[in-house]
Amino acid sequence: MIDLLALSPAWWQETFLIKVPIGLLAVLLPAGTIVYLYLFKAISFMQSRLGPMEAGPYGSLQLLAEVGKWIQKEDIFPSKADKFVFAAAPFVVLMSTFLLVVVIPAGPDALFVDLDAGIYFAMAISSVSVIGILMAGWSSANKYSLLGGIRAAGQLIAYELPLILAVVGVVIQAGTMNMQGIVLSQAEGEIFGWGGIGNPFILTQFIGFAIFMIAVQAELTQAPFDMPVAESELVTGYLTEYSGIRFLLFFIGEFASAGVFSAIAAVLFFGGWYVPGIDPANQIFNVIGPLVLAAKMMLIAFLIFWFRFTFPRFREDQLQRLAWKFLIPLSLANIALTGVLKVAA
Amino acid sequence: MVAQNVFFSILALLMIASALKVVSTKNIVHAALWLVLVLAGVAGQFLLLGAEFVGVTQILVYIGAVIVLLLFGVMLTKANIGEEENINMPNRAIPAVIATLMFAVMSYSIIDSFRGEKLPKETVTNAATVSDSIFSDFIIPFEAVSVLLLAALIGAVVIARKETA
Repeated sequence: MIDLLALSPAWWQETFLIKVPIGLLAVLLPAGTIVYLYLFKAISFMQSRLGPMEAGPYGSLQLLAEVGKWIQKEDIFPSKADKFVFAAAPFVVLMSTFLLVVVIPAGPDALFVDLDAGIYFAMAISSVSVIGILMAGWSSANKYSLLGGIRAAGQLIAYELPLILAVVGVVIQAGTMNMQGIVLSQAEGEIFGWGGIGNPFILTQFIGFAIFMIAVQAELTQAPFDMPVAESELVTGYLTEYSGIRFLLFFIGEFASAGVFSAIAAVLFFGGWYVPGIDPANQIFNVIGPLVLAAKMMLIAFLIFWFRFTFPRFREDQLQRLAWKFLIPLSLANIALTGVLKVAA
Repeated sequence: MVAQNVFFSILALLMIASALKVVSTKNIVHAALWLVLVLAGVAGQFLLLGAEFVGVTQILVYIGAVIVLLLFGVMLTKANIGEEENINMPNRAIPAVIATLMFAVMSYSIIDSFRGEKLPKETVTNAATVSDSIFSDFIIPFEAVSVLLLAALIGAVVIARKETA
């Protein structure tokens, strides 16, 4: 990307003037789009109403109005709260989201860092956000918040396993943990000797994809897995005491990580930035790759929000049973099957 | 290598300060959160040494799982906000002696086994190399550790299970 512009910036220039602003954009723009298209509009259409219509054409500037409202609100701390932990918690959650985006490739050269263990890094970093949620739940000095935090921790521990095990199938098939390598192995793959569309792993790893999406739904605490923030039981759990800009940070974190996880799913199962018909080494992918990835990401994010809007909430014991007794054994069987077929092929 | 030494020192100072806070803070949840910083520092040191896979594993296992389970357990049982008296062990002299001895033994063995040896510049051990050595040279220790972990897992289930007779 940078080579195309015939520039050779120093390391700090490349990091702080190019990568950091693009990274912010890559996290915030999809998050805003998801909130407007899905949370404001898609759910409204599913419920036969229009959604926000006043701010801007078709309510498209509603989000800016909401952000302005949150920023000018008072930053309230409960009097018995642990002030420092309470203040820091949203940043821990947001940090985990921002670190996730650095390993997602958007083109042959359009990437932040090319980690050898890219997808492994993503899985590890995504587990850090639990600490932020536990910090928020504990420091609020509120029983509802603490219950929400504990529920979130139990849920995220349970669903981290199927999430990682579902990825293992893809890693075995691609033969690499590098995100770029996973994209290329799909682009250069063949279906029974026919290489017309490459070999998107959604075809061979469909079980893995299903497990991955269910686990992502639970990791993001979106309905039907939203017991940690269940507004009717826990008054939105660990978010109860948050207001103003700190609530906004949690809100951005929730939708940005929905976008980032969709992008990871797009890379793992839909070939990432690759579109069939163009040689994956072609430099044009540095320009259209980010757009292709964004389009695939938005389609997968629609799945997440479709489930969120149409399924009723599980009970806590049903949630744990689904993870430990169904998803984990199924994903282990998927790994065994993938391994056998990989060796046999 | 200068940049690596600078970052090593920054991380090491951060880790030492956080480790002191872990044992000196009067709040059990704060102690766990300071421990997060120590463990993140360890991950950073591994990354500085080019051991990418080990560094990421450090984050996944220790920060993502061990600390979360620790916080989970503490919050389920007793986690008051604010300072607590009686949080320090009354007979903390003995553990202090043991910790000092452990530190001495470990530093001696590390200094002794790497005497004068220097890391080759800019080596990154990738995950493929690690897995190749685990599943060829170290296959027996690897299997032994797996059996040990399985035994610990079954032991936990047996202890946690209610007797139904």
